Amino acid sequence: MTTTNPPVGPVLDTSAAPSVGARMVEAQKPDLLLTQDHHMCPGCGEPIAVRQFLETITQLDAVERAIGVAGIGCYTSFSGSMDVDLVQALHGRAPSVATGVKRMLPDALVFTLQGDGDMVNEGLQEVIHTAARGERLTCILLNNGVFGETGGHMTATSVIGQRTKNSLDGRDAEYHGYPVLIGDLIAQLQGAAYVARGSVHNAGAVARTQKMFKRAFESQLAGAGFSFVEVLTMCPTGWFIPTPEGPGYMQETLGEVHIMGELKVDGKVRTTDELHAENVAKQREVDEALAKGGLHT
Amino acid sequence: MPDATKTIKSRGTVTIDVEHCKGCDLCIPACPPGVLAMSTAVNHMGYRFPELYPGCTGCAACSYVCPDFVFEVFRFDEPVLTEVPA
Amino acid sequence: MTTTAPSRDRVLMEGSEALARAAIVAGCRFFAGYPMTPFTEVLEHFARLLPDEGGVCINAESELEAVGMAWGALATGARAATGSTGQGLSLMQESFSEITLAELPLVVFNMARGQQDYYQATRGGGHGDYRHIVLAPQDVTEGVEHVQLAFHLADKWRNPALVYGDYLLAHTQEALSIEKLEFPDLPAKDWAVDGSLSGTGGSRAVTPLGVSKVGQRALGQEGKAQYIATKLPLMEREVRVETGFLDDAETVIVAFGAPAKFVKYAIAQLREAGHKFGYVRPITLWPFPYEAVAEAASGSKVRRIGSFELSAGQMVDDVRIGAAGKVPVEFIGGVSTDHSGFGVGRILDVEVIAARLLALHEEREMPVIPGYEVNSYQLQPHQAEATR
Repeated sequence: MTTTNPPVGPVLDTSAAPSVGARMVEAQKPDLLLTQDHHMCPGCGEPIAVRQFLETITQLDAVERAIGVAGIGCYTSFSGSMDVDLVQALHGRAPSVATGVKRMLPDALVFTLQGDGDMVNEGLQEVIHTAARGERLTCILLNNGVFGETGGHMTATSVIGQRTKNSLDGRDAEYHGYPVLIGDLIAQLQGAAYVARGSVHNAGAVARTQKMFKRAFESQLAGAGFSFVEVLTMCPTGWFIPTPEGPGYMQETLGEVHIMGELKVDGKVRTTDELHAENVAKQREVDEALAKGGLHT
Repeated sequence: MPDATKTIKSRGTVTIDVEHCKGCDLCIPACPPGVLAMSTAVNHMGYRFPELYPGCTGCAACSYVCPDFVFEVFRFDEPVLTEVPA
Repeated sequence: MTTTAPSRDRVLMEGSEALARAAIVAGCRFFAGYPMTPFTEVLEHFARLLPDEGGVCINAESELEAVGMAWGALATGARAATGSTGQGLSLMQESFSEITLAELPLVVFNMARGQQDYYQATRGGGHGDYRHIVLAPQDVTEGVEHVQLAFHLADKWRNPALVYGDYLLAHTQEALSIEKLEFPDLPAKDWAVDGSLSGTGGSRAVTPLGVSKVGQRALGQEGKAQYIATKLPLMEREVRVETGFLDDAETVIVAFGAPAKFVKYAIAQLREAGHKFGYVRPITLWPFPYEAVAEAASGSKVRRIGSFELSAGQMVDDVRIGAAGKVPVEFIGGVSTDHSGFGVGRILDVEVIAARLLALHEEREMPVIPGYEVNSYQLQPHQAEATR
């Protein structure tokens, strides 16, 4: 995918839409984003994920029933820029708030937007019980393995060896214990109908993640039960690395432990071996498609 | 003696919202034909930004990986040809 | 309202059920709670009654989730409530503060273990500047009225309202017919979210934070706090109080809730024997009826005020503020529950109360609260001198 040869030729004019016949295949920003401006750091994976689920809501024609419930983290600022009716919850508390919303408005498309510190530290009980109860809503987890907003501290999903502000020598199993693989945990619960873990480390992963959002929302709209999409996102600031190294670092650390893939589909939990094999195959598929000129069908 | 040239076909193109780029570099390795490279100039925030060279396929991978909504992606009705030194 | 209905329309029911039914006639369609004595039966009745009314009752996995679920239901514009006893409400405090900032009309039931949650209810165990309107019914009949009033006041001010009950209120059975009270009209809840404005550029946010949607005016954190701080004094007009015999009283007793009913009974007996007692019964604990206490303290014959509470003395602070030094204020209550800590204490007895009232009135030594003679803390030698 990466090229070692510098591009040749003149720098092209990219300041305006082309003057010769062309059709737009990808808009600059999703319809449901009021502004492209945000204060996320350079190289942050969160806006990449946010774009995907917002576009999915539009594609599913579910805009007029979409209600978001946001947790507290860097992504909280999207509460103001997402053009959806929204309830702001406290750190960890979005699943219970979303439960109240969905029970009163069963036809709404209700989703939570939470980080790993929010969901897996503070709010672990909330998300597990909401899944166990089979509440027909979709919890979305942006997992970067750190508390980004407060400066890069260890969370329940940080992996062994990961350096954070309060595990400077790397997370040590003996002292800090082991990470919680929240997607896998949730998949075990009977009330969970669709559970998937995506990632935004490259274009192919982003495209796969969009499909996960689609299947999760479809499952909610069909009344199937609890749906869950975890997305591994880069946090170069919280990981203390240069931005271009974000995707690679993520694949080598979080990605090795929190395995990408559809963890539970139609009530069936998939094995780690199945997921690994699928990831290899899908990456190859996507590389071929991109080389041929696109992921669009 | 005339310089040798070759033709590069561009099946697509992008607009780049230079002033919103935060210089993260993620689009560079994401581009399959490798036709993006970071500028030497900087935008008003002080970040370098991507510049487009001939050969874009309109695959939108750059748009997929960009955290700052910098790219709008187009597919030409007819490929645009650019002559470059061989 | 409830006892004037023909007896054939009245049904014998415990207070917990009456409160739940009152909430339902007030339009409450969502309740979430967690079992805890003596509140548990309130949850049971909601669980049984709400579904038939098209409502939802959820057994939350903890009190923290219960208030969260109510939060979500409120955000959709529904009338929603939660409750517990004091300990459970302790868990909900962060959410109480933030729900107040989000201007959501939550109704909270505290079936308290005694009266020692007064500070929690009126000062707030949560962070920041906020107040909840607190109603303290003296019996089930008043409880039915207060529950409906709570839903109205909560919507009127977009501020939580708490109904302060106790074991007696929850478990006393009375013959009742739950009549729906009429209240003035209130504005429509166009701030509530239902998805209909998503994608229009005018989508809504229900939030405790000072931020808002892009393009709409944001108060900022300081602005939001100032906004709520300036709202609080405006709610003080909702103060409610009952007073009696203040014209000729020499000793004024201040008491709230079920114990107040006992106090009034004791005072009636003592007055018949010629002792000049009067009383002030706060009906709203917040806003506290400072003016009524000040007026009572200014009575030409008044010599002293006693604050009778089942606690170590919490409301007495507010009584002292109201009296403003005009006459001495003495705390004449004490911690008194049953052995389990949940229920009715030994001093909740007209004879016992009358003895305490008379001791105050005649400036004699107060009888010992049952239990204090053996359970009182003994000062230890290393504690005798203050540390400087």
